[in-house]
Order: sequence, then C-alpha cells, then structure tokens
Amino acid sequence: MSQPIIKLTNVSKSYDDHNVLKNINLYVRRNEFLTLLGPSGCGKTTTLRIIGGFETPSSGEVLFEGMDITSIPPYQRRVNTVFQKYALFPHLNVADNIAFGLNIKKMDKGLIKEKVKDILTLVNLPGFQKRSIHSLSGGQQQRVAIARALVNEPEVLLLDEPLGALDLKLRKDMQLELKNIQQKLGITFIYVTHDQEEALTMSDTVVVMKDGTIQQIGSPVDIYNEPKNSFVADFIGESNIITGTMIKDYLVDFAGRKFDCVDKGFEANEEVDVIIRPEDIKLVKEADGMLLGQVVSVIFKGVHYEMMVTSNGISWMIHSTLMVPVGSKVGILIQPSDIHIMKKVKAI
Amino acid sequence: MKENRVVAPYLIWMTIFIVLPIILVIFFGVTIRTESGLQLSLDNFKRFFEPIYLMVLWRSIRLALISTVICLILGYPMAMILASNGLKMKNTLVLLFIIPMWMNFLLRTYAWMTLLERGGIINTILNFLKLPSLNILYTEQAVILGMVYNFLPFMVLPIYSVLIKIDKSLLEAAEDLGADSITVFRKVTFPLSISGVISGITMVFMPAVTTFVISRLLGGGQFTLIGNLIEQQFLFVGDWSFGSAISIVMMILILVSMGFMSKYEKENEGAGLW
Repeated sequence: MSQPIIKLTNVSKSYDDHNVLKNINLYVRRNEFLTLLGPSGCGKTTTLRIIGGFETPSSGEVLFEGMDITSIPPYQRRVNTVFQKYALFPHLNVADNIAFGLNIKKMDKGLIKEKVKDILTLVNLPGFQKRSIHSLSGGQQQRVAIARALVNEPEVLLLDEPLGALDLKLRKDMQLELKNIQQKLGITFIYVTHDQEEALTMSDTVVVMKDGTIQQIGSPVDIYNEPKNSFVADFIGESNIITGTMIKDYLVDFAGRKFDCVDKGFEANEEVDVIIRPEDIKLVKEADGMLLGQVVSVIFKGVHYEMMVTSNGISWMIHSTLMVPVGSKVGILIQPSDIHIMKKVKAI
Repeated sequence: MKENRVVAPYLIWMTIFIVLPIILVIFFGVTIRTESGLQLSLDNFKRFFEPIYLMVLWRSIRLALISTVICLILGYPMAMILASNGLKMKNTLVLLFIIPMWMNFLLRTYAWMTLLERGGIINTILNFLKLPSLNILYTEQAVILGMVYNFLPFMVLPIYSVLIKIDKSLLEAAEDLGADSITVFRKVTFPLSISGVISGITMVFMPAVTTFVISRLLGGGQFTLIGNLIEQQFLFVGDWSFGSAISIVMMILILVSMGFMSKYEKENEGAGLW
C-alpha cells in the first residue's frame, strides 16, 4: 500500500485546561473519502483545523506525504478548505472569489478565466462569473465555495460540515454531487459531519469520534455492522442496548434468558453490552417467540413502522414494514448473528 | 393622519432651527447693503474669489487634509489593534479611548496650550534636561496637532466598528487560498473596511476644515482658516453678507465632497457606520 498522504501521530490539543483532542492517531490514504463523524464537541472540527493549519496541536505531529508540516502556516499547505458558512468574499463577484487563489499565484489571466469557466461547469453553475455573492442562494454559494477550493487543485480538500445549512432535499443532491466530484477528480477528501447518514452515504472510511478520542475507524459497512462499542452502535443508526452477562463463549444471558450468539473471547460471567439493531428483531406469533411482549406504540416512519415493545420490563425498538396494532401480544425473535456483544465502556 | 401629528413637533423644530437659518444665510449671502437699502447682488461671492480669501480656503483644506491623513495613518492600526481577537483588555482600551470625548472640546484644547506654551510642561522638561526650548505653540504644527488630537477618535471608531464585524473565517479562507498576512490585509481586510475608512475620513475632514477654535487657540490667530474668516465677518467686521456668502461656499464644498464619498461607497457596496 502506498504511503498515506496525511498522518496524525499522537496529536493532542487543549485550550486552557480543557482537552479537546486526546492523543489522536490517524492516517488518510491518497484519493480516499474520509469522514470525521461525531456529536458536536467531539473534536472533529479541531482535527480538521489542525490539518488545515488554523490550529497548532499542543503536542504530536502532522505529516504530509511523510513530511512534518505541524508548524507550516495554512497558506503554504497543499490543502484547501470548504468552510462551514462558505466564507465567500462579499466584496468580490463569483469569478473573482474563485480566482482568488490563482491570482495570488500570479497565474496568467487568460488561463485563470479558462479555469474559472471549467470549474463553474463542474459545479453546475455555468455562466455565473459576474454574479454577486449576495444574489446567490445557499446552495449556489455552497457550490462557489467548493469551486473556489477545488480550482487550486489541492492534494487534499477539507470540508467542514459544508452541507449543514442546506435543506434536506438539496443536501441529498449535494452529497451525491460531492461524491461524484471526488471520484472524477481523484482528490482526497476529509469531510466533517455530525450526520451519520451523510457519513455512511459518501465515505470510503469513517472515523467516529467522541470527547476528543477516536472510537472506531472503518468502512461504512464495518462501522454499521460491527460497531466497536455501544457509543458507536448508538450513534450510527438506531440500536437497542441492553446490559447482559456473558456465560461462556457463544452464550449470553440478557432479558431473562440465554441466547446463542457468535461472539467469544470474554471472561466467564463478564458484564457486557448487548446491541441489537431494531431492524434485526422479528415480531412473530407468541408461541414462536424467544421473548414475549406487548406493543405499546407504533409510529409510521415512511418506509417502515417504528414500534416499541415491552417485555419483562425492557423496551425494545423494532423496525418493520408490517404494522402490529398497539396492545397486541407478540413474540420476539432474534437470530444469533444479529446479537452484537461489546465490552462495557467504563465510565471515566 | 396620526403619523403627521407625531412628526409635527420635529417639523416645527427643524423649520425654526435648520430651514429658517439656511434661508437667512442664503438671503444675506445674495444681498448687499447700499444707501438705498438692500440690493440683490453676487458681489459677496465674487469677493471670496480674491487671492487673499482663496489663500485662506486653500490653507483650511490643506491643514484639514494633512490632519485627516495623519488620523488615518495613526487610526487604522489603532482600530486593528482594538478589533484584534487576542486582546484581553479590549474593553478597557476602547473606554480609555472614549473618555477624553466626554470632556469639553474647548477644555482639551486649552490643556494643549498649557502643555505647549513657552513656560509650559514640555519646555520645562526640556529645560530640565538642558535641551533648548521649542517654539511649538502658535505654529502650523500646533494647529495640526490639535486637529489630530481632537478628531482621532472619529477616525478610529468607525473603522473599528467595521473591522470588528468582519467574519474571521474570511481571513482564514484567504489564508487557506495561499495569502500570507500582508496579502490577506491587502485583498480582504482593507477592501472590507473601506466603508469605515470613508466614514472616518468624512468625520475628521468635515470638522477639521471648518474649525475656528483650534486655529485660534493653538495657532494664535496667525493661521486664519475659513472658520475664523466666517467668525470674523459676523462678530468683528459685522459684514453678515460676506460671512453668509463664505458659509454658502463652504456648504457647497462639503455637499459636493460628501456626494463623491457616498458615490464611491456605493460602488464598493460597503455598509458604513454613518
């Protein structure tokens, strides 16, 4: 495998006494779409700003193609950023905004004009050169911001929640468009978001963060199907998280009975988190169920129904395309392969 | 209508204290007193274009321009320092800057006289250090110093209030696109602060070009400015007609220059303080 384009080693960052990042180790492969995902305050934006050069880590180093760039200022880095609130220059028109970086490089005027035209076509805003920034809609401003960064042909493009201010429909369109642009140009994207669906849709690699630490790094499929701990499971998609006891390898006790499972390597009688996705739980006739319960609520979610079923005092969230009326007595069926066992996260 | 009733007092006020005086000034400006009574005439304006008065006009504009430029050179960095993020004692500094403005402008100018005069504090210190005394008071430099001192806050505050509103992410974006700190200033910070600079220039130039107190106190009457000329005509010579004519010329000059400024500002799409 080729050398990673960006590598963070033991990066920490603290403001006053507050540790924002704790010993982050991360590498980014060339041409991949990597997403930093986590709730607000998890340190994802700080990580991005350290890569961009707007923050200096308190300790640790940032390598770019193997070279230490920790103390290199942003204007000398071969990365460009798409800012959260676009940060377009209000005193310049669309073309001058996009040409800003090229003008600083003293590129030939004719060539700049050509490049601006090409990039505007790429982001679907042909002919917008002379428009003023104020006359653009949010989505259009977003495209100009992306064009302004991309026209400099950066090795790495940093995107800080770029779609945060757009409405749902536009978001979805832009997600696909961004992914297309990334594949077409073959540029490495580092993308920051708190929207798990966005992360799963676009990324090659997802980095889940919480409280300044990395929880899990993996492909979207891995992260969704094999969450490393209950935080990841809870943050990515919906989950039922129940405390259980590992009797021995391949056998776990929760909700008042023993279940076969596919996990091993725990100590005998160790307390564990049992995680089951709502769509992996089947509702069956009472006689066929592993657990018995009663439906207490049904919410229509579009594609599926979200039902809450209580059984022995435990509430289960269940997604199903078939509706079972409130009050019905049902059986709950869970396949061994759908039971995910995780070590208890120790409270810090 | 209800609105009219609310507006009425203001209209009456403005009529008595703004419109009427202007009409009077225009009336005096275009008439001269002869033996057969008042006569319509443009002689007062013709008289203003005599070399001796044009000299005064030129001196007023020159001193005001110099003061404005000095205020801009001193004030812009000051405004940048005040607006910078890392400054912990920012509020204290802004307050210190504003406190002198709470004091009467005449008092402050008198204070400068005691500082600058022959037996004043500056010369006492110089004598104490066995250095030759300086003749500062009653020079052109003293007049400029007085203008800069009195009008500097009017340059700093509008620039400061524009700078503080500039989105910091714009500066980061410029840096991200390859601009070093000088280029960031040249291409982003300064263009975005133009509206404040224009407000500042207007706020300093207007009072500087019409002042008569500073030039009388610190210039000792040797540097007659347009303001002194008008004052003389009304208070000492008693030629209200000529005084009014000079006032009208001054008003037209100010209106024209403000017109230019606001046109320039509009082209730059700035949002000024004033």
